[in-house]
Amino acid sequence: MNELLLPSAKMPAMTKPSSTDASSRDWLRDLRADDPVREEAVARLRSLLLRAARFEVARRRPALPQLGGAELDDLAQEAADDATVSVLRRLDDFRGESRFTTWAYKFALLEAAVKVRRRAWRGRELPVEPDTWGSFEDPGAGPEERAERALLLAAIREGIATALTPRQRRVLVALALDGVPIDVLAERLGTSRNALYKSLHDARRSLRAHLEGNGFTRDGSTGGW
Amino acid sequence: MGSSDLSLTLLRLLGPAESELDCDECFAVLDRYVELQLGGVDADRAVPGMHAHLAGCPACAEEHESLRALLELDSMEPGAS
Repeated sequence: MNELLLPSAKMPAMTKPSSTDASSRDWLRDLRADDPVREEAVARLRSLLLRAARFEVARRRPALPQLGGAELDDLAQEAADDATVSVLRRLDDFRGESRFTTWAYKFALLEAAVKVRRRAWRGRELPVEPDTWGSFEDPGAGPEERAERALLLAAIREGIATALTPRQRRVLVALALDGVPIDVLAERLGTSRNALYKSLHDARRSLRAHLEGNGFTRDGSTGGW
Repeated sequence: MGSSDLSLTLLRLLGPAESELDCDECFAVLDRYVELQLGGVDADRAVPGMHAHLAGCPACAEEHESLRALLELDSMEPGAS
């Protein structure tokens, strides 16, 4: 058990770490058993993950106004199938640091969320240029604040244009300014979410360095952000 | 677009101030982090870098919110999981 966890007496039963969780042990035992026990456990797992996938698809439904209930359920079913495969493949990765069902849920939520994001962007061209520049006017801001903001935005524009590699620029503009979901951009660029996030991280670091080199600081002491 | 929108855009452009996990690391600890949060434990102390990553990565933040919401729903529907 992690040393930073508080004593279990302070935690509700539903959140108790699961290294001693009987339900989690039962799941692992049954999923590692021979058929028909395993077959029945996989069916229960798939049902659990379908519930989670439907939950996620329902939460993201506004992103897919063109899809009807049957198509949305197909999406959830596909997510549940893929998540079941992922969970079974990674069973040995489960460390008992949460309940097994919580651990399994995250696979279904991820699969469903990624499918919704990609479906919502299917057939859409990715923006080439930032589409939010010039829209930062705040009617409530005073002249001094507006002037500082204009300087900061100008420095950011300059940094994006001069301090980033072409790939960093493309990733940063798409994700941070144009609102392209990271999974959509990863699919279009043929990479993974994690690899793309590392590119984003590097781009942000380069941009921050550019701003700091021009007298801007994060704490705001020199016209910061 | 007002100052709060600008703040959000600046966060997305410049990232969180603190060191952060990457997406794979976030996914690996997401279940534990959410259970700690729901248990009233200081999850950010137990999982350094998670809070910063969730601030900087909208996709991981959405999945964190969903897992938390699903567990909260389960707690209101005993036997659901």
